[in-house]
Amino acid sequence: MEHKYYVEMRGVNKSFGSFQASKDINFGIEKGKLIGLLGPSGSGKTTILRMLAGLETADNGDIIIDGKVVNDVPASKRGIGFVFQSYALFRYLTVYENVAFGLKVQKWPKAKIKERVAEMLELVGLTGLEKRYPNQLSGGQRQRIAFARALAPQPQLLLLDEPFAAVDAKVRQELRSWLREMISTVGVTSIFVTHDQDEAIEVADEIIITNQGKIEQIGTPKDIYKQPVTPFVAQFIGQSSIVENFQRFAGFEHANNTATHAVVRPEYVAVTKKEEYVRYPIHTEEGVIEQTAFRGSEIELKIRVKDTVITASRLLDDKPVEVGEKVNVFIYRVYAFDDKKAYVIENDALAHPDSVII
Amino acid sequence: MNQRNDSGTVKWILIVISALFLVVMLILPLLYVLITAFREGIQIYLEAVTDTYALKSIQLTLEATVLAVITNTIFGLFAAWCITKFNFGGKKIISTLIDLPLTVSPIIAGLIFVLTYGRQSALYPFLKSAHISIIYAVPGIVMATIFVTFPFISRELIPVLTAQGTDEEEAAALMGANGWTIFRRVTFPHIKWAFLYGIVLCTARAMGEFGAVSVLSGHLRGKTNTMPLYIELLYQGYDFTGAFAISSILVVMAIIILILRSVLEYRGKKNEE
Amino acid sequence: MKRKRRKQRVIPGFGLSLGVTVTILSLIVVIPLCSLVIFSAHLSFADFIKTVTSERVLASYKVSFLTALVASLINAVMGLILAWVLVRYQFPGKRIMDGMIEIPFALPTAVAGISLTHMTVDSGWIGSFFAKFGIHIAYTRIGITLALVFIGIPFVVRSVQPVLEKMDAQYEEAARIMGASHAYTFRRVIMPEIMPALIAGFTMAFARSLGEYGSVVFIAGNTPYYTEITPLLIMAKLQEYDYASATSIALVMLAAAFLILFINAVIQSRTSRIISGIK
Repeated sequence: MEHKYYVEMRGVNKSFGSFQASKDINFGIEKGKLIGLLGPSGSGKTTILRMLAGLETADNGDIIIDGKVVNDVPASKRGIGFVFQSYALFRYLTVYENVAFGLKVQKWPKAKIKERVAEMLELVGLTGLEKRYPNQLSGGQRQRIAFARALAPQPQLLLLDEPFAAVDAKVRQELRSWLREMISTVGVTSIFVTHDQDEAIEVADEIIITNQGKIEQIGTPKDIYKQPVTPFVAQFIGQSSIVENFQRFAGFEHANNTATHAVVRPEYVAVTKKEEYVRYPIHTEEGVIEQTAFRGSEIELKIRVKDTVITASRLLDDKPVEVGEKVNVFIYRVYAFDDKKAYVIENDALAHPDSVII
Repeated sequence: MNQRNDSGTVKWILIVISALFLVVMLILPLLYVLITAFREGIQIYLEAVTDTYALKSIQLTLEATVLAVITNTIFGLFAAWCITKFNFGGKKIISTLIDLPLTVSPIIAGLIFVLTYGRQSALYPFLKSAHISIIYAVPGIVMATIFVTFPFISRELIPVLTAQGTDEEEAAALMGANGWTIFRRVTFPHIKWAFLYGIVLCTARAMGEFGAVSVLSGHLRGKTNTMPLYIELLYQGYDFTGAFAISSILVVMAIIILILRSVLEYRGKKNEE
Repeated sequence: MKRKRRKQRVIPGFGLSLGVTVTILSLIVVIPLCSLVIFSAHLSFADFIKTVTSERVLASYKVSFLTALVASLINAVMGLILAWVLVRYQFPGKRIMDGMIEIPFALPTAVAGISLTHMTVDSGWIGSFFAKFGIHIAYTRIGITLALVFIGIPFVVRSVQPVLEKMDAQYEEAARIMGASHAYTFRRVIMPEIMPALIAGFTMAFARSLGEYGSVVFIAGNTPYYTEITPLLIMAKLQEYDYASATSIALVMLAAAFLILFINAVIQSRTSRIISGIK
């Protein structure tokens, strides 16, 4: 039981002056997992990462790595690889010297350093760039070198601070799948920090969501998406609109829940033109299109339903809708929440299929 | 670049005004020193600069300059490291104190050393019994020179290191590198040019300092006269050729410094891309 | 787990670098300054007032203040022109001109002092020309001002230059497109942008001029009440071993210097607040 988790934080607090960056942080991570620390900026996710690395000292609580309490173990002795947001490549050392740096300070024999650097460069697919300096590389290449440098000394835990923040959107997509693959090849337990939910959902095995210094929820991307347990997570994940008194909407009148607010996600809203077929007429609302926006593969819609505007979408191939047009709006599901908890509530039409028959 | 097609006349009027100002205000005094130094022939010039007292003053200036540069280098490197790589209470106070010598008149700089080590000071009986003289002696001159040039090197280093941040050092430290390795391999390449630039500025000011040194010197010919003080002595004794001859050495040094300065500034800018 | 943890610093060398910094700083700056404070505390207030308000001392404040003010104003104008020319125009010899600006920093003040004096005495190269019109430069306040213009010019140029370089050309272009004239654009668009830097340069030149000694002492002639600057008076008191008077006058000068720097800091923070939009 003791060794269930490879990395653990127990009751960790951290303040910078009067600002409390971490409040009672508790979590455990199994060996070999790839974890995403997700939260808005200022939510304390980077502080958690830096405390794990030993770059910051926790005010109290325990940090445990591989069964050992490492509170007083200096950063350099924790066996950690760290990829900085800026990559922090040594600008005045070549690619080779950068990757070899950690091995050199650990006094590896020269021949073994050479071998290991070659191996790492091959792993990240940048063999042949040994003599280059970091500013002669593209953003994506720098990221790979930073990764190779962090992994060269064979760390047991790899920490990445916003690993994709400094590259442009196109390369980012490519690097995400590359990183995922790379980490599973090497098999090293990894934690990365991000503020981008798509990134966390796509890359991580498990996500830890932080907000205002606290952990909101820990779970697989699927869990977090489908079963948000706190109001914050319900609102943070997905592109949501918030509605008040959701019981007003067709299909939710019977929801006996004390929560009044709810999150409506576009993927749980079906918008159909008046002439199109409606499967659950009594559970369907009427709305007016307020705004349409082209979003590449789909059309994003802002629809006024009762007195609230919600976001929904239609496919590009669907029959076009126009601003001012009256449409049918069917809400499948909402995430209702009160101050403490979030609940998944299905439309009556789906929750009680028998009521469909009129 | 943001060159604009300003109307030609305005442009050239402004350029001519600038050029005239620079030539009359800055170049002429410089040239005048050289011309006056040689106006009685090379023989007299050589005699003036190889005079025993002249050589002594050159030696003292060199000593004071070298000591000031060494002290301020050591200080500058440690202070810049300490201020830019760590957060700690009292950092603001330290920065302010480092810059303070720049705002103090050289005469006041001299005065505070007189008050610290002079005969009305509490330290004086102790210094006397140990036979250490600071005021009106070489140590005083050296200390005053260090004081007036105090911030020159650290001020060049701090902005460069602040801009560079601490990520590279943290990355190196995480991999287990020790302080010396981090400094030598990671940090120093960033500050190389700024550091040399600081040394040049420090040298320029150190060899030319007049006011503070004047207060502390006691003006003992051949003992406590630096070059600028010796120049004053000659000038006030109406030995104009002598005064300008010694000055010419400092003028040549100044020109060398200006050239070095612009080379280093250029390299430093290139270094930052 | 209630014990206070020793903060680990990741980057090594904190203790050593702080130690060395504080030690050298104490020896060179803090201890001498403390001795000034200690010595000042022993001064009797009545004597202090008497010294710093004696007629000759008051006259020296006036000389120092006036010459420094005039010189710094000249430098503000010339410095602005020089910075403008060096940033905005392309012409042969520009790089050399840029290097020349630093001559006053590189040339020892005493050398500048004797050179300027020797040129401007009534029999000198420049002095003889002006003497024909009855204008005397050396040994008058004009001479002092001249020396202060020499030492102060780089402060203004080096302060304004970077701001002009960074200034977005689009501002001006926008103003021009809207039909503003050159003069109007300069006054309403460019000046407000460079004003803080110009004031900072002016302030630095002014503060430096007030304390300047080396370049002034030769050209001033040091006639009491007429061309005797305050630093020279301190020097004279020191040579008479009258430390109490020297310190009293020095305290007034220090107060003036800090006041100038403080006013500048206030102006700078106000303008930066206007720019960043924080009330």
